Amino acid sequence: MDWMAWTWPTAIFFAVIASLLITFTVLAIKFPETPRTGILRIETTRGDRLFITLLGSAFINLAWLGIVGAQQPYALIVCLIYAAAVFRWV
Amino acid sequence: MADMTVNKTSSRGLSLPKINSRLVVMTLYLLFLLLPIYWLLNMSLKTNTEILNEFTLFPRNLTFANYATILTDPAWYMGYVNSIIYVTVNTVISLAVALPAAYAFSRYHFMGDKHLFFWLLTNRMAPPAVFALPFFQLYSSVGLFDTHIAVALAHTLFNVPLAVWILEGFMRGVPKEIDETAYLDGYSFGAFFVKIFTPLIASGIGVAAFFCFMFSWVELLLSRTLTTVDAKPIAAIMTRTQGASGIDWGVLAAAGILTIVPGALVIYFVRNYIAKGFALGRV
Amino acid sequence: MEKTVNQKAWFLVLPVLLLVAFSAVIPLMTVVNYSVQDTFGNNQFFWAGLEWFEEMLRSERMWDALGRQLMFSGIILAIEIPLGIFVALNMPKSGFWSSFCLVLMSLPLLIPWNVVGTIWQIFGRVDIGLLGYTLDALGINYNYTQDILAAWVTIIVMDVWHWTSLVALLAFAGLKSIPDAYYQAAKIDQASRWKVFRFIELPKMMGVLMIAILLRFMDSFMIYTEPFVVTGGGPGNATTLLSIDLVKMALGQFDLGPAAAFSIMYFLVILLISWVFYTVMTNLDKREG
Repeated sequence: MDWMAWTWPTAIFFAVIASLLITFTVLAIKFPETPRTGILRIETTRGDRLFITLLGSAFINLAWLGIVGAQQPYALIVCLIYAAAVFRWV
Repeated sequence: MADMTVNKTSSRGLSLPKINSRLVVMTLYLLFLLLPIYWLLNMSLKTNTEILNEFTLFPRNLTFANYATILTDPAWYMGYVNSIIYVTVNTVISLAVALPAAYAFSRYHFMGDKHLFFWLLTNRMAPPAVFALPFFQLYSSVGLFDTHIAVALAHTLFNVPLAVWILEGFMRGVPKEIDETAYLDGYSFGAFFVKIFTPLIASGIGVAAFFCFMFSWVELLLSRTLTTVDAKPIAAIMTRTQGASGIDWGVLAAAGILTIVPGALVIYFVRNYIAKGFALGRV
Repeated sequence: MEKTVNQKAWFLVLPVLLLVAFSAVIPLMTVVNYSVQDTFGNNQFFWAGLEWFEEMLRSERMWDALGRQLMFSGIILAIEIPLGIFVALNMPKSGFWSSFCLVLMSLPLLIPWNVVGTIWQIFGRVDIGLLGYTLDALGINYNYTQDILAAWVTIIVMDVWHWTSLVALLAFAGLKSIPDAYYQAAKIDQASRWKVFRFIELPKMMGVLMIAILLRFMDSFMIYTEPFVVTGGGPGNATTLLSIDLVKMALGQFDLGPAAAFSIMYFLVILLISWVFYTVMTNLDKREG
């Protein structure tokens, strides 16, 4: 595994993603849901919204890095607001 | 007799001008497609002197020496052998794992099926350039670098998703009642799948195999990155025509023509399914 | 078809999951790891944080490559989709000539990509290629290794040559699924040729056309081998598309960090576009079904 060049931050990053996936799988088993149609006018389940959130967050972080270029942790706040919005309205 | 044929042709020409415009479009398009291939074939049958010194539309001194060079030199023809080995291994692996998965997708709903399907799609769309470097590191570290199996495994990245889709498309067309009757008759899943289901989707398997074969055959970036000597594909060997005395155009053209042959041989059998294959089984 | 819910189906999918995870997830994780570190070879890595991402986002080289890439994909889509539909409309509907056209049209699709490059590299040469020689004889100054416009025209014509048949085949498959009754009804209504196309043929082709656009956009977005063989990314950097630039960085200069950061952004864009297309496609399916 040497060649993969693991670091703690990236390991934590993947652990968070993995645990999110597991959480949502457990949620989907425990509390089954019917898809709903939000403001994007597409049917989404919780899992879909998670995907939209994660992908959007990646772009928010990149945009923050490109435009602001400092204090990256603040981008995460924007991501959280975005996540809340996605889970509420999409 | 002669009169009749004349009549027939002239009446066709007069009453159906629409067919003529179609004919013109298709002729022009096919001409556009075939001209570059013809030029390669033309060059492969010439000597280098003729290629470089005279501009001829047909080979004036017809020669098969370029083909002889390739087919007698192991450094050349081993490239074909290598390509065929990893392409075949890839096709077998891809189909073996894709068959049960496609059956599951075509028959059942299960947790996360849509997400899994989408994830497979992203792998078909992923640029090989992104994967070239990590694959290089991965296969070097597990000691598979420069082996056929490494290239075959690397190509499953896009061939497995493709095979799953194509097979799923064909399986959807098989009525579910057949499965249920078989289970009622006491068939186990394995016996049913091998004895009854596989023959029913034989054409689908053929088409999926063709597409796996094709995409593994035409890909170069990954196969070139993962090999140096022992498993080097023919497409990468073609670069060695650039010798000290310039490029050996005749041999290069001959090698190119020989890479077109395998695809051209099998395409006739799948002609009616090509669109379905490209449409990811959705036509 | 009604599908039954069966969680055991997971066992059937497991082999695919494991294999693709090995081929896709491990490399992607590696790319992420590389993207935050610096290396001088020998598997020694140093933490670099988000430096590479910042560098890539600010680098003109990447934005230029992206611009060229979008221009390339846009141009080939604008040519191949209408041309493909046009060819499909003119194809013989059945019988021997239909098979004949299908087989010949598929031929370019089966040629290894570097051979495609080689074919056009030769075809366009002024000294030994038919195209280059003819253009030169006509007095047109055409030299794809020196002239930017000629290089672009060459790689675009090459891509049109290589892939228009794919669009045509898909459109043809869509056209064949239209029952004759539709055309007869149109004839009775004395609908014009354009109206038949607009209201009967085009809607029926929509599904396959979406796939055609998706495949052509994606495949052109990651095109590497063909233009690289023809122009090597030149003259200068004029035809250095995203993948060509990335391979140059990763395997040519072995700049793992920047190349990895570049890869991730490249992949995110692909992910976004795939998702949009997939959503649109499944929604189209639902509306039809």
